[in-house]
Amino acid sequence: MLILFVAAMIAVLVEAFVPRVQRFITQVVLATVGIAASLIFVIYLAVEDTSKLTAGGAVAIDGPALFLQGTILVLGLLAVLTIADEAPESGAFTSQASAVPGSMDEARAARAGLVQTEIYPLILFSMVGMLLFPASNDLLTMFIALEVLSLPLYLLCGLARRRRLLSQEASMKYFLLGAYSSAFFLFGSALLYGFAGSVRLSAISEAITGNSTTAASAVVGKDGLLLLGIGLVAVGLLFKVGAFPFQSWTPDVYQGAPTPVTGFMAACTKVAAFGALLRIAYVAIPGARWDWQPAIWLVAALTMLVGSIIAIVQADVKRMLAYSSIAHAGFILVGLVAMDKDGVGSVLFYLAAYGFTTIGAFALVTLVRTSTPEGGVGGEATHLSQWQGLGKRSPLLAAVFTLFLLAFAGIPLTSGFTGKFAVFSAAVDQAPWGVGLVLVGVAASSIAVFFYIRVIVLMYFNDSVGDAVTVTRPGALTIFAVGVGVVATIGLGILPSAALGLANSSSVFLP
Amino acid sequence: MDFPWLTVIGAVPLAGSAAIAVLPKAAASRAKLVALGVSLVALVLTVVAATQFETSRAGEIQLSQVHSWIGEFGVSYAVGVNGIGLVMIALSAVLVPLCVLAAWNEVDDEKARLFFGLVMVLEAMMIGVFAARDLFLFYVFFEAMLIPVYFLIGTFGGNEQRRRYAAVKFLIYSLAGGLVMLVGVIALYAAGPGGEQGFLIDNLTGLDFSSSAAERLMFVAFFIAFAIKAPMWPVHTWLPDAAAEAPSGVAVLLVGVLDKVGTFGMLTLCLPLFPQASRWAAPVVLALAVTSVLYGALLAIGQTDLKRLIAYTSISHFGFIVLGIFAMTSTGQSGSTLYMVNHGFSTAALFLVAGFLINRRGSADIDEYGGLQRSTPVLAAGFLLAGLSSLALPGMSSFVSEFMVLTGTFIKYPGAAVVATAGMVLAALYILLTYQRMFTGPKKEFASGWKDASAREVWVVAPLIAVIIFMGIYPKPVLDVINPAVSTTMQQVGVTDPSATVTADTVEGENK
Repeated sequence: MLILFVAAMIAVLVEAFVPRVQRFITQVVLATVGIAASLIFVIYLAVEDTSKLTAGGAVAIDGPALFLQGTILVLGLLAVLTIADEAPESGAFTSQASAVPGSMDEARAARAGLVQTEIYPLILFSMVGMLLFPASNDLLTMFIALEVLSLPLYLLCGLARRRRLLSQEASMKYFLLGAYSSAFFLFGSALLYGFAGSVRLSAISEAITGNSTTAASAVVGKDGLLLLGIGLVAVGLLFKVGAFPFQSWTPDVYQGAPTPVTGFMAACTKVAAFGALLRIAYVAIPGARWDWQPAIWLVAALTMLVGSIIAIVQADVKRMLAYSSIAHAGFILVGLVAMDKDGVGSVLFYLAAYGFTTIGAFALVTLVRTSTPEGGVGGEATHLSQWQGLGKRSPLLAAVFTLFLLAFAGIPLTSGFTGKFAVFSAAVDQAPWGVGLVLVGVAASSIAVFFYIRVIVLMYFNDSVGDAVTVTRPGALTIFAVGVGVVATIGLGILPSAALGLANSSSVFLP
Repeated sequence: MDFPWLTVIGAVPLAGSAAIAVLPKAAASRAKLVALGVSLVALVLTVVAATQFETSRAGEIQLSQVHSWIGEFGVSYAVGVNGIGLVMIALSAVLVPLCVLAAWNEVDDEKARLFFGLVMVLEAMMIGVFAARDLFLFYVFFEAMLIPVYFLIGTFGGNEQRRRYAAVKFLIYSLAGGLVMLVGVIALYAAGPGGEQGFLIDNLTGLDFSSSAAERLMFVAFFIAFAIKAPMWPVHTWLPDAAAEAPSGVAVLLVGVLDKVGTFGMLTLCLPLFPQASRWAAPVVLALAVTSVLYGALLAIGQTDLKRLIAYTSISHFGFIVLGIFAMTSTGQSGSTLYMVNHGFSTAALFLVAGFLINRRGSADIDEYGGLQRSTPVLAAGFLLAGLSSLALPGMSSFVSEFMVLTGTFIKYPGAAVVATAGMVLAALYILLTYQRMFTGPKKEFASGWKDASAREVWVVAPLIAVIIFMGIYPKPVLDVINPAVSTTMQQVGVTDPSATVTADTVEGENK
């Protein structure tokens, strides 16, 4: 984490001092090496198996934290690769974020061939926040992590090259709503502090169970503080994972953001946010579970249903994937409700499985472009009607995208199925009314199948729309990212044993 | 360690599909050769495996293999067959090469790799589903086999709008059923012993359920999935669409083999896993089955589309199969199992001949045909023989099985048997009427240039006709394999045969 932080700092300096010509390559190398180095360190820690509290007890380095950090780093690496692979003349990013859409400034920047490189420090900072988020052991650290991960994301969302207004609107919307949710989180933390006399998660837990040393007698009669606090903190976290009823930003932001960033956001943010949610649920407030479990039960059920049902009417690939990610947030919550070791393991596994598929899917979306009248490469063709007949024109892309869609839909022999199975079986085993929740999940899955299948139908069984859409040749880095996605999707589907074992053995939180 | 026959039989077509996938574009036309060769190898292997199968112990699971697969979930890779599974695998192994041969000229070279590759994947999945002895593995094959069929119907079907509709309808129905079953699968695992091999069917058989309500709910979850697959009235509506739009070779596999997974599942999963609930549900299931028999037959009479007609006759026949299974007599269940095989062959023959005719005429509308007996006597004869088998004429294979089903049902539920017998009469009506409309009468103008069956077409249909007649006259070898397996199932369900009181020693003899 520190390595990455240093890398991010250096990246800012690079932005300031390295001449423009060399900036791009320096940034890419720096980001890649930084992420890779932290990944190696995380693996080292995991192998050493030194679970401990560090930074004055504010950060917990335990199984789930390391697993999630590893996942975030791998996914982030893939995301950076897809971002770096953008050809400057057709890339997804604007050349100058400050330029007003359609203005002279923008035209001039484009002519000058400016290339955006502040993306990389932004991504690195965001990842620092993401790494800290699931590892933070008190509410204040968690809040800082939340802000560190969110603020760069707000900016990244506004950097799309085409459809600038949509992109800037997305950025604005994300920022405003994100700020509200952070405020809720902070307010909730304050209430929990009022309840327990400490922001340390373990102290809150002790206060709930009643053997607290800090505020033993003080907690009596403060149930209101506790419940309200849990509720408000949950609002902040559920917002980040995109769960109902705090999901409304997801489709707009996913659609507006530059697609590589969407992939990064969808995969990594979800992992980090669920990590934090898990930690709060398992470390801080397990004692009050009878109070909040029914609420999460309901949230999970509604999230699955809302995500699946609204996705049916979407006509834009990115919006559809956004609603699909909402539905998946619901599925992951099913695992959370289980509240035991299997539940944690299943959530960890699901996050990894979902992340790989998502990065791959969004990387593919960046390849499908409209054609300009002169035969050049235009913006991304995200409207579903533009995807018609893709199976005939670029069979490989369509086949890989089909694989990802089938994984999202949870068809056996893909990672999506294994993940779904893991959370469902954990819930049936452990959760109160788990069978009911799984029934809702199954209903939502079968609804969801419908719209994934619709895209497959469009790609394969419809006639092509002609020359209006081109498929750009992916660069080597994108191919690598997609390839990893494919391998992970199939591998976790057919031979998930190793990953499941890893997830299960990393599923114990430090108190 | 014994030779892993079942794994190899399943792996061969899978390897074949991989080989087809890597064929260079220029050699795409070789795909069918590879497919034919591979499916013949699988057939030979099946025959060899069948010789390793000890008929005297046909009630037990043989040729089995168990390896841990996903230990965290309690999932094993476990395959093995008893008599019922063996004949179903044999059925698949026989039909696939014929379907490949039937599609020989139907698919243009450009798409040949996709078509034959998918057919090979499908064969592997079918063998897997019949061989799986782990519930999770069964479920995986059960769902995974939908994907190749979906693409086969959607890409190679008839009319563009309708084939897409049919493919999606097929997939949605099957997946919905499958997901309901998934809940049952998970619930059953939770009720079972758990652990590393918690999904092994053997470990889940004979469980003592805490409440009969739980058992009944699980039974219903499984049954819904199998009823959709089978397909039974009222969840049958996907079949006519899918079968009518699919290329005839695929329709054969769909109706001849895939749908059997439904009845196979009822017989080998629903009954042994949920014996109490099965007995509880039997009256309702029988009512549904009888409805299917009559409803399918009546709608078949009214069809104008040849392939839809055959699809509806299948719904009627599946009604008989379910009837025999849930009548819970050994005669009925043996009859049903035999029926599954026979129906596979006779429907395959019907679909294939129909496919040849439709290729010539370019339409599946029955009214567009007429007097074909004079221009294509061999095809007409093929259709008639297959049809006669389908209507269960004595001497044809289906007769034996239909007779066993009806007598088996009559022992316990005479009412149901009597009503279902009407289905036989209706069967005569739809087959003979169709034959009359298509083949009799004066020679038609449009058919003057038609060639009669080509050598390839004869090679496709002749083996089927031979099997149909052979099984009609001498079904004993197959029954010998089926009967012990059925007796085992009967014991697991815990029902005694009503006929046992009369012929106690014969039943005793069978059980040994």
